Amino acid sequence: MKIAVCIKRVPDSETRVKIASDGKSIDEAGVKFILNPYDEFAVEEALRRKEKAGAGEVVVIALGPAAAQETIRTALAMGADRGVLLQADRIPADGLQAATALAAELKAGGYDLILFGKMAIDDYNHQVGPMVAELLDLPCVTTVAHLEIENGKGTAEREIEGGVEVVEFPLPAVLTTDKGLNEPRYPALKGIMAAKKKPLDAKPTTIAAGGLDVLALMPPPERQAGKIVGEGAAAVAELVRLLREEAKVL
Amino acid sequence: MSRVLAVLEQRDGALRKVSHEVVTGARRLADAFGNSTVDALVMAAGAARGADAVGGFGADKVITLTNAAFGSYAPEGYARAIVDRVKAGGYDAVVFAASATGKDLAPRVAARLGRPLAQEVTDVAVEGGAVIAIRPVYAGKALLKIKIAGSPAVLSLRPNVFTPVQRPKAGTAETASVDGSAGRVVVKQIKAAPAGTLDVAEAPIVVSGGRGLKEPANFKVLEELAAAFGGRAAVGASRAVVDAGWRPHADQVGQTGKTVSPTLYVAVGVSGAIQHLAGMRTSKVIVAINKDKDAPIFKVADYGIVGDLFEVVPKLTEEIKKLHG
Repeated sequence: MKIAVCIKRVPDSETRVKIASDGKSIDEAGVKFILNPYDEFAVEEALRRKEKAGAGEVVVIALGPAAAQETIRTALAMGADRGVLLQADRIPADGLQAATALAAELKAGGYDLILFGKMAIDDYNHQVGPMVAELLDLPCVTTVAHLEIENGKGTAEREIEGGVEVVEFPLPAVLTTDKGLNEPRYPALKGIMAAKKKPLDAKPTTIAAGGLDVLALMPPPERQAGKIVGEGAAAVAELVRLLREEAKVL
Repeated sequence: MSRVLAVLEQRDGALRKVSHEVVTGARRLADAFGNSTVDALVMAAGAARGADAVGGFGADKVITLTNAAFGSYAPEGYARAIVDRVKAGGYDAVVFAASATGKDLAPRVAARLGRPLAQEVTDVAVEGGAVIAIRPVYAGKALLKIKIAGSPAVLSLRPNVFTPVQRPKAGTAETASVDGSAGRVVVKQIKAAPAGTLDVAEAPIVVSGGRGLKEPANFKVLEELAAAFGGRAAVGASRAVVDAGWRPHADQVGQTGKTVSPTLYVAVGVSGAIQHLAGMRTSKVIVAINKDKDAPIFKVADYGIVGDLFEVVPKLTEEIKKLHG
């Protein structure tokens, strides 16, 4: 089974966002970057599928700056076989342009499965996986939380409002992974050492700007400092009164 | 004259309420364009119950596209049908709900149209003929303001943000049958959650619990509070309790869970880690109940009660029941 996993380097979820002086991006000074958490489920799933098949290859592909090599090494340390960096100075706001660059790399790869995390925790674009599927004319299931594959056919479960959708699809396919699909492994020391020697191919990539112009990145509106209504159960009546009469939400 | 297409959602043949928000957002966009019409589009196996009501929220026309395979969500079949309509209709904007279905469908449609996509939009405007969208990034720690150059603009609207507004228009009905199959990806079944269960991303009231609940069984006190709101509330959870396996991931609020904007968010025994605050700070009113008066959650809460949640919450449940009694 040959599997591609498309991953992204993102700021850690505990990062405090500071707007850069251009007013359009974040100030990266002092920011810790990690493998996008949803992509960890994709890497883990690829490794398990290969292990189950007993043969195959797991290729991790990242679009991003030279520093994304570190992110690829994390996935290699988990157990992926080789990495490809589509090296670009920036990732455009327009997800279709990112999808176009990834699709060009994936097209001739002969992959049985192409996996993505369901979204990146920085841009919240929630679109590159299904766009790649459309560009390659492959079936696609997003936000997969349970997966079974047998004889070239897959059954996936995805959460929808008030329930779970059970979806069938043929391989090859593009899937995006949700939390709950598996428990990603931590890279062991042996894996970290081995990852240093695994092939990592950096390819200079030009990405079109696309049709989304970033006008500004802004801090969210500050919330007005609230009030402590009181202590313990005795304060509940006053809270309910405030919610009814002042906030008017009850 | 501009034209805006609002893509509605149905389940089991009945229009989903989030569709009213989509029409409301589409109407707002059409008004910003000026002299514009809104067409509402629903894919279904037959007539979709409730579709005739969207004229009330500003749809000039309601188009039902029927196909035997369109009873359930058919990603490829739906995408093809929408793209055909968009191309034939010369629309300037296509608006989806950023629901589980909408977030899956919108990228397919955008890619087929060769157009960029703005997901989870929380505000729209038109400047110089171009659609301007605001969307939260970094789980709401920042807002991105973008201009969508060219036409059509494709966007999905975050649930619970575009509060439905009555804006009566003709809502003329048009029905057409569409050829073709569902596509390669087929929904075989929907395993429904217990009746009346609301999704945290769509519920108007969210009651969330954190480590302060002490053990999974204690979420019962939150479920009772949610129930007191009479079917309008969902129970959410912090990452700590989801990672501990106390609650399903579907309920997680925060940067690696759901970003929610309910009318009322009640955080119970949630300390307020930065990634949790990011996921709920756009709630209209936030109430925090925590025994630690220095918990960060109080910094974003409109109203706080410092105290033992096991005393405060049952009392609150009792008071809410009185209101709804």
